[in-house]
Amino acid sequence: MTNQRITMTVNGVDRTIEAYPMERLLDVLREKLQLTGTKEGCGEGECGACSVLLNGELVNSCLVPVAQAANSRVITIEGLGSPANLDPVQEAFLRYGGSQCGMCTPGMIVAAKYLLNHNPHPSPEEIREGLSGNLCRCTGYMRIFEAVEMASRAQRGKSAT
Amino acid sequence: MQQRIVGTSSVRKEGAAKVCGTARYIDDMALPGMLYGATVRSSIPRGRITKIEFDLEIPWHEFTIVTAADIPGSNSIALVQNDWPCLAEKMVNHFEEPILLLAHPDCHLLPQAVSSVRIEYEPLPSIHSIAESERQHPVVWGTDNILKSYLMEKGDVDAAWAHADYIIEGEYETGAQEHLYIENNGVIADYSEDAGVTVWGSMQCPFYVHKSLMHLMALPEDKVRVIQVETGGAFGGKEDYPSMIAAHAALLARKAARPIKLVYDRAEDMAATTKRHPSRTRHRTAVAKDGTLLAAEIDLALDGGAYSTLSSTVLSRATIHAGGCYYWPSLRVRAHAFATNTPPHGAFRGFGAPQSLFAIERHMDRIAAAIGFTPEEVRRKNFLRPGLTTATGQEIPPGVDLDHLLTRALEASSYHEKKLRFEQENPRRALKKGIGIAAFLHGAGFTGSGERRMRSIASMDATPEGNLRVLVSSTEFGQGTNTILCQIAAEALGIDYDAVCMAPPDTHVVPNSGPTVASRTAMVVGKLVASAAVEIKRILIDSGYLHEPYITADFQQAASAYVKDRGSLCAEGHYQAPPNVYWDDDTYHGEAYGAYAWAVYVAEVAVDTVDYHVSVDDFVAVQEVGRVINPVLATGQVEGGIAQGIGYALYEKVVWQNGHMSNNQMTNYIIVTSQDIPPIHVYFEEVPYSYGAFGAKGLGELPIDGPAPAILNAVSHATIEDFCAIPLLPEDVMAKLVRSRFQVGEEVSA
Repeated sequence: MTNQRITMTVNGVDRTIEAYPMERLLDVLREKLQLTGTKEGCGEGECGACSVLLNGELVNSCLVPVAQAANSRVITIEGLGSPANLDPVQEAFLRYGGSQCGMCTPGMIVAAKYLLNHNPHPSPEEIREGLSGNLCRCTGYMRIFEAVEMASRAQRGKSAT
Repeated sequence: MQQRIVGTSSVRKEGAAKVCGTARYIDDMALPGMLYGATVRSSIPRGRITKIEFDLEIPWHEFTIVTAADIPGSNSIALVQNDWPCLAEKMVNHFEEPILLLAHPDCHLLPQAVSSVRIEYEPLPSIHSIAESERQHPVVWGTDNILKSYLMEKGDVDAAWAHADYIIEGEYETGAQEHLYIENNGVIADYSEDAGVTVWGSMQCPFYVHKSLMHLMALPEDKVRVIQVETGGAFGGKEDYPSMIAAHAALLARKAARPIKLVYDRAEDMAATTKRHPSRTRHRTAVAKDGTLLAAEIDLALDGGAYSTLSSTVLSRATIHAGGCYYWPSLRVRAHAFATNTPPHGAFRGFGAPQSLFAIERHMDRIAAAIGFTPEEVRRKNFLRPGLTTATGQEIPPGVDLDHLLTRALEASSYHEKKLRFEQENPRRALKKGIGIAAFLHGAGFTGSGERRMRSIASMDATPEGNLRVLVSSTEFGQGTNTILCQIAAEALGIDYDAVCMAPPDTHVVPNSGPTVASRTAMVVGKLVASAAVEIKRILIDSGYLHEPYITADFQQAASAYVKDRGSLCAEGHYQAPPNVYWDDDTYHGEAYGAYAWAVYVAEVAVDTVDYHVSVDDFVAVQEVGRVINPVLATGQVEGGIAQGIGYALYEKVVWQNGHMSNNQMTNYIIVTSQDIPPIHVYFEEVPYSYGAFGAKGLGELPIDGPAPAILNAVSHATIEDFCAIPLLPEDVMAKLVRSRFQVGEEVSA
């Protein structure tokens, strides 16, 4: 198999790379585009550390061949905010203790973002279900649930004003 | 005195980088010209290596190949004893034992190359359980398979049986547990004749790696440099094994004269690196009619795996915690760590205590049942109280109040109301509900004379801009080291939290504040940071650069001016043992730990008698850990420990086949997900400890001790059966319930 030119919009910027079509989107992001915020935890779609948004859908980038991402929109953790300009979900994870070792955090925040995009005010059960594809070994999830609830509440406050 | 920063939830120091994905972990880094490393491992549990062959279709001239013959110094990973080979030479003693190392510029070519190295063996008989190791057939380690033994005695146990009203016996087992940090192990190593070896990596203990590399590479102290980078979880699993990976990468870097990245994938990390020691504990207890515990005979056995590694220290903590949080007039613990042909078991949060506390806390419920007491009554009757002594003769200080912790936990969990209701409703329901208690303690800091021998140092300095830095080898891997040490420093300096930062954990930059283990960072290292901070402040005031009262900007200006005028501003805090502390390593008598943390946990479970699934529905955790430095981080530690404890009790089963982990994937080694976790209610009691930083004691390990016994007590309550082994999977529940139903049936028909 030979390299192909593949174009994607990554975090709002058009990017063209040369890659084997079956190369994992995860490796292309991390190695070819230096977007190392997306993490590998298991390489088999169990842990969710590599979660990104592909055309607005939540996917495990370790299971996506890059050819499948051609001509699509990819959002990674780097596309949400920066330390100087945090996304409200990042802000809530920081403030309420949703991140400990930080390794599941980028994928968890992308999953939380996806949840809130589709359901701005999820119930506690909906939060548990929405994050069930993302494993965390540090927190016991309680601080993560609280962070998502607080981010949701902040959104509610914003939409009210 | 009112504290401004300690006791508040300062935001995690490296948190913004973590939530933005800009924190740099080892696999996010690369050096120019870097090669990738891989490890060729044994595929049998025990045998002699007879031949190593290289398949011809691989272009081996492109690869760097390292064997034991390439080790310039000693072929061992230096820990307590030096019996753990870096690379096997003639013998292998467990599956996945490293034999040979490869490196290549293209990481994608390595898996095929690894499988193209053919190793032939003369297999030897192997052993895979405590029972097999005890039989010494064959002997696979030393002269008797015993890696370490302890005998801890108090009072006259033998005299107690004669006047006991009850003698209650029990046997308890716990399985191995995988750490499953989300970031796998990994390092990058570089080597040059001039600079020696430099290692960057995911690790807990930079100076452990440093010491081990000096022996292995035959290099002096200043030619080995170890730098911890952002570490994605550890839980003890990055205490010992990083020394092995660093050794491998350093050997490859030396031979290739290129930097080497050696990062494990999940399957390799799970199969090859350490796990929690499996255990078997036998209790024989003498009890009086009024519920008073008279004497205990405890036989404790750990499976240490193929080499001694840290088993002696894990066994030590298991021994001291074996009697739990109760007063024993007489007690004898015989403890052994046995060798087996499995990869060495190692440090894991709790370090032996979860195993022995599971046994005693399950046993307490069985004692209660046998003598007709409730679980809470028999505990309350025998709690350690101020003035009483532990199994090692350590006197309980004023302020310890397990009665209060128990009362608070029972109230918070509506224990009495639920217990009654479940017992009324269960006979009519397929979903049986139960509620269980665990009361326990956890010693903070190194055991016995460990802290005095370690003689830790922490320091602080100032940058030319007047920012204050904390210099320690204590590492951040999620528990909050960076944050709490900066809080402690800022509090002691009298300045803002934001004006204090951490120096990089680099053995060329920071002093040795000891390893980041044993719940010692807040209590022991925090105290040293506080003393260094007080000294910095004193220097600035005595030299006339700073005048009280001051604000942060004044302090920073003064520090900046001092550095400009005098070259540097720094101060050290040195460990000093609390007064009147005594420990005898031979008799296991004295102050085993500077302080204990105390807790009572209550678990509520539901056991489905149709599919035998057990769920934890609610969890209450009440603990006394001294001063809480950061409530959000402390609560997160407790919740995370409970989640790991629920997994330890109900989900996490390492499936062994001849000493090989056969379920080394996240797909079939199951941990708690967001949908399994119950609501966890965390409560702190704060009794300040005079010799910890602002009154702090240890916290990190305590929460892993309680969940498994509380859950098994609850399952036993729900089913009116005795479950004495973890992990307790649905098939185990089924086996017992079906068997007992069958036996009941037999009795009826007879």
